[in-house]
Amino acid sequence: MKYGILVNEGPYQHQSADTAYQFCKAAIARGHEVSRVFFYHDGVNNGTRYAVPPQDDRNITVRWSELAQTNNIDLVICIAAAQRRGILDEGEAKRQGKDGDNIAPGFRISGLGQLIEAGIQCDRLLVFGD
Amino acid sequence: MSEPWEDEGPGEVKKFMYVNRKAPYGTIYALESLEVVLIAAAFEQDVSMAFLDDGVYQLKKGQDTQQIGMKNFSPTYRALEGYDVEKLYVEAESMAERGLTEEDFLVPVEVMSRDDLARLMDEQDVILSF
Repeated sequence: MKYGILVNEGPYQHQSADTAYQFCKAAIARGHEVSRVFFYHDGVNNGTRYAVPPQDDRNITVRWSELAQTNNIDLVICIAAAQRRGILDEGEAKRQGKDGDNIAPGFRISGLGQLIEAGIQCDRLLVFGD
Repeated sequence: MSEPWEDEGPGEVKKFMYVNRKAPYGTIYALESLEVVLIAAAFEQDVSMAFLDDGVYQLKKGQDTQQIGMKNFSPTYRALEGYDVEKLYVEAESMAERGLTEEDFLVPVEVMSRDDLARLMDEQDVILSF
């Protein structure tokens, strides 16, 4: 089965990001496909490479990047939600006149249309949030 | 990154339901959920919105946010009709529990029992819960 995933909560604060990640891993292990993970609301904070969690804790962002790279998952951060919360790629940083970007490897910033498209194209769209 | 959807044809219409459970202010869920609905309208899917729990307050007439320094976005619900989003369901139990009646809402809605709404949810292809 082809899955799309929506993550609505920020990392560490809320378990949604962890549960979504564990679901993706389990689904892939069972031979399913996860085509896209869309990050919305505070979920966009999953995609900053500037987070430095304690060394004995999981690194949620690195975990997403690695999972995406290994399994060809499209990690999409909503641009409108990202602008509110200061998640920037190189192009956005330039456009908004900011002095740097902070997006993590494997993530990209795009519009909400990517979420709806996942809903249309995937067999199931799963929402992880409050 | 390549687009996983590239080789798939357009034209599929799915039943999308947006489930709104949170009060309009206090958290950003309601506002950002409305942004999804407006963007999604361009995809010409079969769209409906359900309001339950504190989400019923999103449609309350006479919202005045001046004292909390936030934008009153409730007039946007009136614009939904122009986006062909016309199926708005309010859960009867949530409405009654909060002492509201159909006359308290700023747009025409269909009030529906919890059981009927559950049945309607069962018919959906995609449910986005905020």
